[in-house]
Amino acid sequence: MSQTRTETESASSEPNLLPEGWEMVIGLEVHAELATQTKMFSPARNQFGGDPNTNVHPVCLGLPGTLPVVNEKAVEHSIRIGLALNCTVQRCIWARKNYFYPDMPKDYQISQYDKPLNVDGWLDLPGGSRVGIERAHMEEDTGKSTHVGVSGRIHDAGYSLVDYNRAGVPLIEIVTRPEIRGPEQAKEYVEELRSILVTIGASDGKMEEGSLRVDANVSVRPTGADELRTRCEVKNVNSLRSLGRAIIYEARRHVDLYEAGDSPRQETRHWDEEAGRSRPGRSKEEAEDYRYFADPDLVPIDPSAEWIAEIAASIPALPKERRDALIGKGASAEAAAMAVGRQLDALALAAIEAGADADRVLTHVANNLAVDGAQNLDAGHLAELVKMETDGALTATQAKQVLAEMVETGSAPGAVAAAHGFEAMDTGELETLVDQLIADSPEEWERFVAGDDKARHKMQGFFTGQIMKATKGQADGKAVNQLLNQRASR
Amino acid sequence: MNQRFATATNIVAEVSSGARSAVDVVDEHLARIATDDGEIHAFNTVTADAARARAAEIDELVASGSEPGPLAGVPIALKDNMCTRGVRTTCSSKILEEWVPPYNATVVERLAEAGAVVVGKTNLDEFAMGSSTENSAFGPTRNPLDTGRVPGGSSGGSAAAVAAGFASLSLGSDTGGSIRQPAALCGLVGVKPTYGAVSRYGLIAFASSLDQIGPFAHTVGDAALIYDVLAGHDPRDSTSIVQPQASVLTDLGAPIDGLRVGVVKELSGQGNEAFEPAVVQAAADAAEALASAGAKVEDVSIPSAVAGLSAYYMIAPAEASSNLARYDGVRYGLRHDGPNTAAMMRASRTAGFGDEVKRRIMLGTYALSAGYYDAFYGKAQRIRTLMIQEFDEIYQNYDVLLSPTSPCVAFEFGAKADPLTMYYNDVCTIPSNLTGHPAISVPFGLGQAGLPIGVQILGPMLSEPRLFQVAAALEEVAPR
Repeated sequence: MSQTRTETESASSEPNLLPEGWEMVIGLEVHAELATQTKMFSPARNQFGGDPNTNVHPVCLGLPGTLPVVNEKAVEHSIRIGLALNCTVQRCIWARKNYFYPDMPKDYQISQYDKPLNVDGWLDLPGGSRVGIERAHMEEDTGKSTHVGVSGRIHDAGYSLVDYNRAGVPLIEIVTRPEIRGPEQAKEYVEELRSILVTIGASDGKMEEGSLRVDANVSVRPTGADELRTRCEVKNVNSLRSLGRAIIYEARRHVDLYEAGDSPRQETRHWDEEAGRSRPGRSKEEAEDYRYFADPDLVPIDPSAEWIAEIAASIPALPKERRDALIGKGASAEAAAMAVGRQLDALALAAIEAGADADRVLTHVANNLAVDGAQNLDAGHLAELVKMETDGALTATQAKQVLAEMVETGSAPGAVAAAHGFEAMDTGELETLVDQLIADSPEEWERFVAGDDKARHKMQGFFTGQIMKATKGQADGKAVNQLLNQRASR
Repeated sequence: MNQRFATATNIVAEVSSGARSAVDVVDEHLARIATDDGEIHAFNTVTADAARARAAEIDELVASGSEPGPLAGVPIALKDNMCTRGVRTTCSSKILEEWVPPYNATVVERLAEAGAVVVGKTNLDEFAMGSSTENSAFGPTRNPLDTGRVPGGSSGGSAAAVAAGFASLSLGSDTGGSIRQPAALCGLVGVKPTYGAVSRYGLIAFASSLDQIGPFAHTVGDAALIYDVLAGHDPRDSTSIVQPQASVLTDLGAPIDGLRVGVVKELSGQGNEAFEPAVVQAAADAAEALASAGAKVEDVSIPSAVAGLSAYYMIAPAEASSNLARYDGVRYGLRHDGPNTAAMMRASRTAGFGDEVKRRIMLGTYALSAGYYDAFYGKAQRIRTLMIQEFDEIYQNYDVLLSPTSPCVAFEFGAKADPLTMYYNDVCTIPSNLTGHPAISVPFGLGQAGLPIGVQILGPMLSEPRLFQVAAALEEVAPR
């Protein structure tokens, strides 16, 4: 573990959310459903939604006498994920994890235990930190229970309904080393991981549909210490926002316990988003012994070097590489991350390479383009638009309007602008308007001229707003500011 | 060889040539079931109507000049732990008493394609856990050769069905001797194939790494006929052997001159009071007979073989404890309600499983538990590995090995009520399951009360053609 352990930049940049002298130690377990046609071991369809118990087959229902057969595509996706996370891909053994639960058809889950497929990798985050990956192993998903009763929990349900559509869906479980130091880094890790999974086509990464699920192992320790204290696994974290809240809550709970002379006990806890707190899951009396052993119905998977190489060659450019390409063209790290996150980086890069201003291109990509429509936008057109804008032929507001129409119609920006009669306003006309406005608003003008920076900025907003209103947005905001400053310094 | 009933080989010849109708053959067997199975209780379910309909189809094929298949018109019985679409499959357990599978086991499909006619599902020790068929939730099966005695187990119903003339062939499953021991006790040929030679898809698991399906037959020739139909790769079973398997009919009847035969000292029963003297003598006579036929026979030692029983009773229950978890009352099978899900599961399993099944679930759960795994399950696996190495080394110098199949002939009901005494009955058969190697039990001589004795021939992986060759040679010289 020590060989990949790194104190991270962003760890130190997180605001201290704990009382002085304490730091967080966080490890994440991410479960991602793999984007396959059929299930992990069964020919049933792997598809979200659908009427209950329609995407099933004797094998994933665990009917007596049925046997699992490994879905090769799921293994391929898993190897691709392992490679993208810089893991060593190794011969792996299927293991049974035994426990009784009604949504698990065999009352054991086929997983991997002491010989997982992918081990010892890492993931570099956009902020510059590196998180070690301990393992990324394959397993099958469970079904879903609906407990009909007082609390919606199994213990006091009047009856329960079980849907096995999800039972047997292929999963990869990606486990980090306990190297994450705060909620922001945790969220950054999940976002980056999600972006990789989507980029390589291994998973759709939808947290809201449960195809990406995050459990957080949280503990605390005195700042700078090397020890690992008792951790709690927080489950039922259904969004990035919940993840951040759950980590902070849990870490503070631990600190409170230690400071009161007590200590947390190792347990699984459930995050209650509404109440904003975690609650204990299974009690100690029911603590499970999973009795792992090698599944005798399956044989080990020993991927050949050729197969691994073939898969490696098929991996497209990963988000980091794509961000770096934009940064190399002058984009800020933030803007590059935004463009890649929205899958619009290729468009932005092409427009910049066609000579358009990087900042303006990235502003449009970040704010003015819907992801769906923008996929069809011609990069040359975008570059032309930005050039018109930087040349002063279009105001920012006009450019935004033209862009929206370009997406809709596929037309070139020049044609759209002409059709709207958008032309840079004549400077003389604008001067007249500004002078008129100054004359009509003596009090405001006084404040603009005499005020400090803050007041001047506020009043600048007022004057620009009035001019825009009068010109229906055709005025160039920059030109208005110039005129105001000119008049004020007279 | 039992001369009272027609062999499957003869039935196929007659039905295929049109000399006799399949319907006639099946009716004859169904008639014997009707008169005698009330006493024997070989069957949990008799599928008389479906059998007659299937026989009629076979006859139509013959009449139309089509190829009716290598098992045309042969009445066959299936152990009731093999899934049959639309026909209840119980494992002789209350927990599956009413369960009707929506799919067929691979072997069931292979038999159907070969023209066989299924006459019913046979009794077994619950979930194949036992050596006498006394552990069936539906009552024991009687040995047709002496109805005061057990037919052996766990495939006792399938053995009795053939021995009583209810079916010409039957299928059993062998996890620790469950085909070979009842074959020995009922005077039949019984085959435990190489692990992976026959698909397990649709066989309700007892211990997945040990279970294999195989046939019971009156003769080695009949066993070979059905074996070729059963064996072969199945993509639905990940442990199924991919490489093509040679026909076992080819070398049947070939001379065994120069064949190297080892008599396993640790399994011979020599100087062991738990073995019936006549059994020990029969195995020695069989070795002698092979030597007379030209084989080179020598004593060999496989020290780890004696540890087989202990290793088996760790590994098999461990796998069973996991395999049988799914019978929880949630999706199918017996359900006894309770105030919550856990209580419902507990009540269903308490009511649904018999004592021996519960005993093994507890043993296996314990063997896999945190803190005990290495001492029990882990150690048993190491013994298993050692045993495979020792057998493989011996097979460098010997073609086949020989031993008694069971320490005794068919015993009386209740004679082995103590579980450990019962477990010891599998001492000779268990090593083949642990190593995954094939074995055949062949009748050879008579013991106490004139009951048949079986000797088994063991061989390395995929040595079935050789085993059938030796079995046929032994059958040829067996005392009658």
